[in-house]
Order: sequence, then structure tokens, then C-alpha cells
Amino acid sequence: MTFKTKASALISKSFVAAGVSAVTVFATFPAQAAGGGPAIPRVEWSFDGPTGQFDRAQLQRGFQVYQNVCSACHGLSRLSWRNLVQPGGPEFPEEAVKALAKDWPNKITDGPNDAGEMFERDALLSDPILGPYKNEQAARAAQNGAYPPDLSLMARARNPEFKGSALAHGPHMMRDILTGYQAGGPDYLFALLTGYTDVPSYVREENGHLKPVGAEGAGGKAVEQCASVTPGEDGKPDVCNALADGMNYNAAFPGHQIAMPAILADGAVEYPKGPDGNPLVPATLDQHARDVSAFLAWAADPHLNQRKATGWQALLFLLVTTVLLFLGKKRIWSRIEH
Amino acid sequence: MSAHESNYTPTSRVGKWFDERLPIARLMHGQFVDFPTPRNLNYAWTFGGILTFCLVAQLVTGIVLAMHYQPSAAEAFNSVDRIRRDVNFGWLIQPMHAVGASMFFIAVYIHIFRGLYYGSYKAPREVLWILGVFILLAMMATAFMGYALPWGQMSFWGVTVITNLFSALDSIWAGLGTAIVEWLWGGYAVTGVTLNRFFSLHYLLPFVIVGLVALHIWALHVAGQNNPTGLDIKSKSDSVPMYPFAVAKDAVGLFAFLIVFAWFVLIMPDYLGHADNFTPANALVTPPHIVPEWYFLPFYAILRAVPSKLGGVVAMFAAVLILVFVPWLDTSRVRSAKYRPYYKIAFWFFVFTCVALGWLGSKPAEQPYVFWSQFFTIAYFAFFLIAMPVLGLIETPRPLPRSITESVLGRVTGGVAPVPAGAAAAPEKR
Repeated sequence: MTFKTKASALISKSFVAAGVSAVTVFATFPAQAAGGGPAIPRVEWSFDGPTGQFDRAQLQRGFQVYQNVCSACHGLSRLSWRNLVQPGGPEFPEEAVKALAKDWPNKITDGPNDAGEMFERDALLSDPILGPYKNEQAARAAQNGAYPPDLSLMARARNPEFKGSALAHGPHMMRDILTGYQAGGPDYLFALLTGYTDVPSYVREENGHLKPVGAEGAGGKAVEQCASVTPGEDGKPDVCNALADGMNYNAAFPGHQIAMPAILADGAVEYPKGPDGNPLVPATLDQHARDVSAFLAWAADPHLNQRKATGWQALLFLLVTTVLLFLGKKRIWSRIEH
Repeated sequence: MSAHESNYTPTSRVGKWFDERLPIARLMHGQFVDFPTPRNLNYAWTFGGILTFCLVAQLVTGIVLAMHYQPSAAEAFNSVDRIRRDVNFGWLIQPMHAVGASMFFIAVYIHIFRGLYYGSYKAPREVLWILGVFILLAMMATAFMGYALPWGQMSFWGVTVITNLFSALDSIWAGLGTAIVEWLWGGYAVTGVTLNRFFSLHYLLPFVIVGLVALHIWALHVAGQNNPTGLDIKSKSDSVPMYPFAVAKDAVGLFAFLIVFAWFVLIMPDYLGHADNFTPANALVTPPHIVPEWYFLPFYAILRAVPSKLGGVVAMFAAVLILVFVPWLDTSRVRSAKYRPYYKIAFWFFVFTCVALGWLGSKPAEQPYVFWSQFFTIAYFAFFLIAMPVLGLIETPRPLPRSITESVLGRVTGGVAPVPAGAAAAPEKR
């Protein structure tokens, strides 16, 4: 009996100790995991959360940005022109979109015709929104080896990683789930489009570490411009990764070297004006980036409005039904002692 | 079908005529209407019904999706995208199927943990339990192949990594692993040929699951349901008819579950998946992190915890297959953890272990994650190989109620005698 009690007490104690120590160790995990890119701040979107819906005016402005800036290199080929007319999107008038499609510089290759020849024609509502390049090779040839990807699914194909400690990860996930947060893609796009800054300056300390030059200045030391820093292993000095030729520095891009130049700027697109002759929203870089990110979120998930509207009704129905079923269950079980 | 006799009495002449020729209504009535269920079942027991719903929902949505899906390397990704954009209600059906897989696993894991907590694997329910493990294996195979079908980056690289595991067999018999891998791929690399056969098997395996589930329910109805006390039904007052009592409770559980289901499908359908899978498969570009879906992460962590490739593969498969031996690994004669103070602690530490392994599985294979993956891999197997056999021998169970009725009503009828340690339920002497 004494052996048993002692052994079991020991076992239970060691279990508790193991659990506690595991939790303690998890808390000390590095906040920055390798890879995955820098932390991306969250943006407030009209379409985020359980009741979120796209802002039609914003989608229209976002398309304007795509049309005037992005479409010079990027296609949107999973979308057809007709999608721009459909409910839940920018909802441009059909005639306007028809005219737009007709004048789109990137023509549709069709055919073969009666003579067996392929030919080019103007786009119709049912045609995809094409970018300027026929294929990846053509794009790379024209873009110095870089490939401007199709943007149709870009907002769903990017999602920033969580950058907190291991213990904060669980509560963070719970909060995201309960608030219905699913806007990592647009957050990233906004951060990318507004992330073009100067290449950061570093000074090298005696131990070989690179230290960012802050407000205090370099203090007369030699300044190195590094797109990113690879920490030196086993006491070796840090390695400064200078910006490669033809690349641009971007604070949000993983590795910080991106082929796409900073093409968005204040006043890049002329926004619609209100009755008083002043633009309804400021034509700033921030606003352009915000609008085109929202537009790309729609392009990747064009049924979001309908889905979330249905979602509300379905959830309300399920909630009420669950309560009714619970009351019914209570009533049935009241027939017996339980 | 089982020891329980049906109380079915046909009321109409047609019903009587039919009953004499094919007593299917009698069978259904006996098994799903007046079948005796323990009166003390809690909401953890509603997951059987929830899982049945999940299976049917996956079948129905899957059959509709297969009408629009094209299993070729060139068109698979585009066709899934078109389903969400252009097929009527595709924006609803496709996420129902993709999120449905996750919901199926949430439910099945809760169901398994419930079985482990209340000792539902002990005699006479060993076969029932083992059938359940086979269902889990079939579900995993189905989910893995299903995840390949959208043919995005994570689909492609997931298939590449997991099928390559079999090449570890080369270290046992040179060429064996390679031969198996090439046979699985249908070539010398993962291609559209691989995708096509995965689609075929993904359509086949669910029907294997249906068959296994039928056997699982059959075995359940032979042994009867376990319950929170782990005691057998001894008298009529220990049970209530399935309808309306258990059915009413199952309905509440199912609809509460559907709220979670609908939340993910309609509010955040992409949350449980990977952003990388919205980039078409590209054999020349490896994603920065190749990670499986969340429900495979604990096993993925175990795979990577073992330094040798073959050892990792063996450990990963062993982590699932060890469940088959649980009925004999657990030496305690008491079923329910409610009366097992130390097993209860071990159980909750095991739950923590699984969650920790899941989190570690999502992390890159570098320190300190590798060390902790190894720590929790040992903890995972220690639960089955050390805690289960040892605790049953040394633990003094709490006194058990003498019947389900007593546990519910808290009423002691007759003389009070202390229950001898470790000898209370003796389910194997049933």
C-alpha cells in the first residue's frame, strides 16, 4: 500500500512537473521563426469579419488603379469582364464594361478562322481580363528575367505568418477565429505596395554584428547598405546582403529584394470627383494601395458578399434551432430523473 | 444484429405484409428507436452522430464537386477555381467539402479522446475500437489524396514529400522503396498521372469508410454504448430508449457543431487551409515551408523528430497503429478515467502532448523545435507504452457507484460496502 501510494504520488507529481516545465519552455521559444518574411501590420477592411462586405466605391477605385497602373505588367485572367458587372463586385454599368473590354490593349487570340489562321479580336464581356504578355517566357524576356504573376488569386495566395511567442499563438488564433479574421492576403498586399523605402543602413560593431543606424546616427563609422542581414554563425561576422542589380528594396517582401519597382505614388491615379469638384477620397499612395488591395481581395473571392450575407442568416437559423432543440431536449428529459 | 430485440409492431396491413418479407423496419426500429442507451451519456457521446453527418456531407458535396472537377495536371487547379467562381453555389459547395474535411477530423479526434478518457476500448468493445482505428486510417488516406486534388503548390509538394517516404524502404532492401514510389506515382516523378489515380482512390475510399462505419455501428450495437461511469447496463432503470432521449441530445450536439461548421464555411473558408495552395503546382519552385493540413501536424512532427528517415516513417505509422493495441495496453480493470486519478492526469498530459506536437509540426525543422518534437514524441509513446500498462497496476481507483442509476440519482439503495481497490468493474469478466 505504501509503495503504491508513494509511486502514484511520484507519478502524478512528475506529470505535473513535466507539464509545467513544458509550458515554461514553450514561452521562451523565439518570437521570430526562420523564413516567412517580416511582420505585416493589420489594416482595417470593410470586408473583414463576420458581417464584412466590399465597399463598391472602393472596388471601383481599386479597379481604376489596376487598370492604370498594375495592368501594364499583370494579368487578371481568372476574371472575365462580365465579373465587373456582377453584383457583389465593382458593379460597373454593363455598357461601360463592354466599351472598356473593346478598347483593352491586350487582345484576345481566337480562331482558327475559315482560312485556318489564328486572329486577334477585341475582348467581349465573356473574355478574360488579359495582361500584356502571351506567356511566362514573353514576360520574363520583357521584364529583365522577372515574372509579373497573374493577380486573380494573389489576395488568397499570400498570408503573413504569426510572429509572436509560442504561448501567444493559441490566444491569437482563437481571437482570429472568433472575429472571423481572414484578411492576411490584403494586409500583405497593402504592406507590400506601401513598403518601398530606402535600403536600411547598418554599422559594424567590434564583434562583427551589424547594427541598424538609428536616430543617433552612425557616429563616424562606415555605413553599410543592406537589404537584409544574415547572422554570422559560430562567432563569424554578420553578412550584409546588398541590393542586387535591378532589384528594389521592400520592407514587407520576404528577403526584401523585389523586382517590381515602386510604381504607385501619390496622385498616380485620378479619382472621381464629388459634386463640389473635389475628389471624394484623397489620391494618396496609401489610398491607392488600400483600394487596389481591396479590389484584389474581391478578385480572389468574388462571392464574399453573398457568402457572408448567407452566413449571417444561416448562423442565426442554426443558433435559434439549437436553442429550440435544447429546450425540447430539456422537456423530453424532464420525463425522467437525470 | 444484436442482443437487443426490436419492439416493432407493424400498425398497417402493408407494414405487416412487408415486415414478414423484409423486416428492415423492424431492424431500424430496434437499433435506432427503442435501442437502450445509458441514461447518463454526456455531450461527448453526441460525436458519433456528428461524425455520421460529416461523412454524409462529405459524400454529397464530393459527388457534386466531382461533376465539375477535372483530374488533370493542366486543368485541376483551374477547375477548382472555376467551381468557386462560376458554378452555381460552387462558392458554398467547395468550401463545405474542404472545411468539412477539417470538421470531420475535429469531430473524430474528440470522439477518440472521449474513448480514451472513458475507457471505451475495453472489453467487450475491442473490435468496435479497432474498427474505429481503421476508419481513422481510411479517413487519413482519403483526406491526404483529397488535398492533392486542387493541385496547388501545397498539394503537389505534400504529395511529393509523403509519397517519397516510402523510398525509406530502400535502406531495408535496395530498390524496394524506389519501386513502390514509382508504382505510386505511375512514373518517375509526381505528375498528372499521380493526380489522376489519387482522384480515383479519393472517390473509392469514402465508400470503404461507409462499409467500416456500418461495421463500427454494428459492433457498437452488439456491445452497447459505454458511458461516463464505465459501468455496464445492469437493469432497465440504467437505460433510456434511444428515441426520444438520446436522439434529442444528439440533435442539440449536432446543431451546436453545425454553428462552428457554418462559421468556418461561410465566414472564413480559407482559414484552415494554406495560402500556398492558391498558387498552381510548380515542380520547379519549392514553397518555403511544406506543411500538411492541421490534422496531420502531430504525426508530421513525429516523422521529423526521428533523425533517421526510416525511423521517422516507422514512428509516424506506429503513432496511429499503436491505437489498435490500446485495449491490451491498458491494464486497469476500471474503464472510466473519472475513477482513475492518475490516469486522468496522464490523459490530460497526453492531450497537451498532441496539441504541442501539432504546433511543433507547423514549425520549421530547426532548433529548438526539433528537440521539443523529440521530447513530445517520447511523451506520446510513453502514454501508451508506460502510463497505460503501469498506471493500471499501481493506481487505486476511486470507489465506483454500483450502477448507472445510482451515479445519476446519487441514491444508495441497500447496504453500503466499500468497493475493493482495482476490482470494481472488471469488464473483462463480463
